[in-house]
Amino acid sequence: MTNTIAIEVRDLVSHYGPRQILNHVNMTVYDNEIMVVMGGSGSGKSTLLRHLLGLEQATSGSIRLLGSDITALSEKEMYELRKEMGVSFQGGALFGSLTVGENVQLPLKEHTRLDSKTMQIISRMKLEVVNLSGFENLMPSELSGGMIKRVALARAIVMDPKLLFFDEPSAGLDPVTSAELDELIIKLRDVMKMTMVVVTHELDSAFKIADRITVLDQGNVLICGTVDEVKNCKIERVQALLSRQIRDDTVDAEAYLNRLTL
Amino acid sequence: MLRLVEQIGKKTIDTIEEVGYSVMVAWKSFYWIVAGKFKKQPVQMDAIFQEIVSIGVNAVLIVSILCFAVGIMLAIQGLETLKDFGAENKVILGLALAIPREFAPLIVGILVAGRTGSAITARIGTMQESQEIDALRVIGINPHRYISAPLMLAMLIVMPLLTTLGNFMALLGGGIYSSIEMGMSMMSYMDRVLEIIQVGDIMQGLVKCMVFSIIIVVVGISNGFQVRGGAEGVGKATTRSVVLSISYIVVADMIFTYFLNR
Repeated sequence: MTNTIAIEVRDLVSHYGPRQILNHVNMTVYDNEIMVVMGGSGSGKSTLLRHLLGLEQATSGSIRLLGSDITALSEKEMYELRKEMGVSFQGGALFGSLTVGENVQLPLKEHTRLDSKTMQIISRMKLEVVNLSGFENLMPSELSGGMIKRVALARAIVMDPKLLFFDEPSAGLDPVTSAELDELIIKLRDVMKMTMVVVTHELDSAFKIADRITVLDQGNVLICGTVDEVKNCKIERVQALLSRQIRDDTVDAEAYLNRLTL
Repeated sequence: MLRLVEQIGKKTIDTIEEVGYSVMVAWKSFYWIVAGKFKKQPVQMDAIFQEIVSIGVNAVLIVSILCFAVGIMLAIQGLETLKDFGAENKVILGLALAIPREFAPLIVGILVAGRTGSAITARIGTMQESQEIDALRVIGINPHRYISAPLMLAMLIVMPLLTTLGNFMALLGGGIYSSIEMGMSMMSYMDRVLEIIQVGDIMQGLVKCMVFSIIIVVVGISNGFQVRGGAEGVGKATTRSVVLSISYIVVADMIFTYFLNR
């Protein structure tokens, strides 16, 4: 593996209204690496992803994608950079008014001047990659959950991006489909040399696909390391997350009463 | 007491924020219509035509029926009132002035607000909730260029046409009723109408309906983009959008009538 840095997050602080979501988050993702971001609900992992996608304004800190700091890019530079990024959203986020084929072709229509025949062929090729050839004329509402995720993946890779982002790839899928999707993610990385960031809270899937794992908890990075490092990590909250223990925070009687009688 | 002041303050800030947001939506829509071409991201023609069909063509029947009915209603009321003064033939004057100046644009405005305004909000709200708006931004498609600009342009093309249709149907309805009641031929009714109507009267109606178009689009879009909280949020925003745009239309109508007739 080369050690070129693809994604570098430095001291990222983020607020939602007055609430702090991310607290000085640092993360480095190397070229051709699959980085899994894990954490419980409300740990800030989805917010971190939204920052990586340039959908949120950071309070402070910097995010460098392929060498350019997206917190300081102009609209035009960001537009160019987006050609190198693909995203597969949690619910697929396919456009309901467009067919599967049109959904996959949309980034091509936006960023290239190819003729429509070529775009069709490219989109069919990508649908072939995700095992959905022949489905291009269906509407998203006619597809099952697993198919929607795969179409979303086909749309994400249609521009052959260098960076691929996944939000909860296996959420809401049956074990077999989810395992197939994991295989596909690994295959894509190997064949197309992509760098990936996968946000998930599914342990099995995370251990299977990850090169390295970042564990977030309440906006803080607990650990960032290889699968074995994370498994052997002594930090209590990491172990709690891995062994599915419930949080046994000691209850402060005073504070508890205060909350109730507010 | 403090809470009341706090609430007033919060409401004021929210209102100012919303006004600002609406102005931004209007600006962005027009900006993309004009500048899209130069930024190599033109507003797509097929999107405009689709909107024209859904806003305009599909509303032709209902606009015709409503305006026809309003024309008959005006004729009935006019004849009843004027009978007391023995001035039944003045009903044509009333119809020929009131319909193009007031009734046709207002009826069409309210109808389109109900039909299209609600649809705009519901569509954008649902897209927002299913992360489709995020997906657009990630692909590099400005949502205002993709959704707002075609809507605005289509609306500005369609509304004057619908209003003209409304003028014709209402005058026809009024004419059929009053010519039967007064025993005059349809031809001489039409002659009288054309004698009375001035270009200014028609223009007044058209200016109003352009203003209504902008109101419907801006209110519909800004409510759609501010949807939070799932299906219930979409429902609330849709109701709000229709109520607000109809209210603004009526108030704007009053203001314009005041200034255009002095």
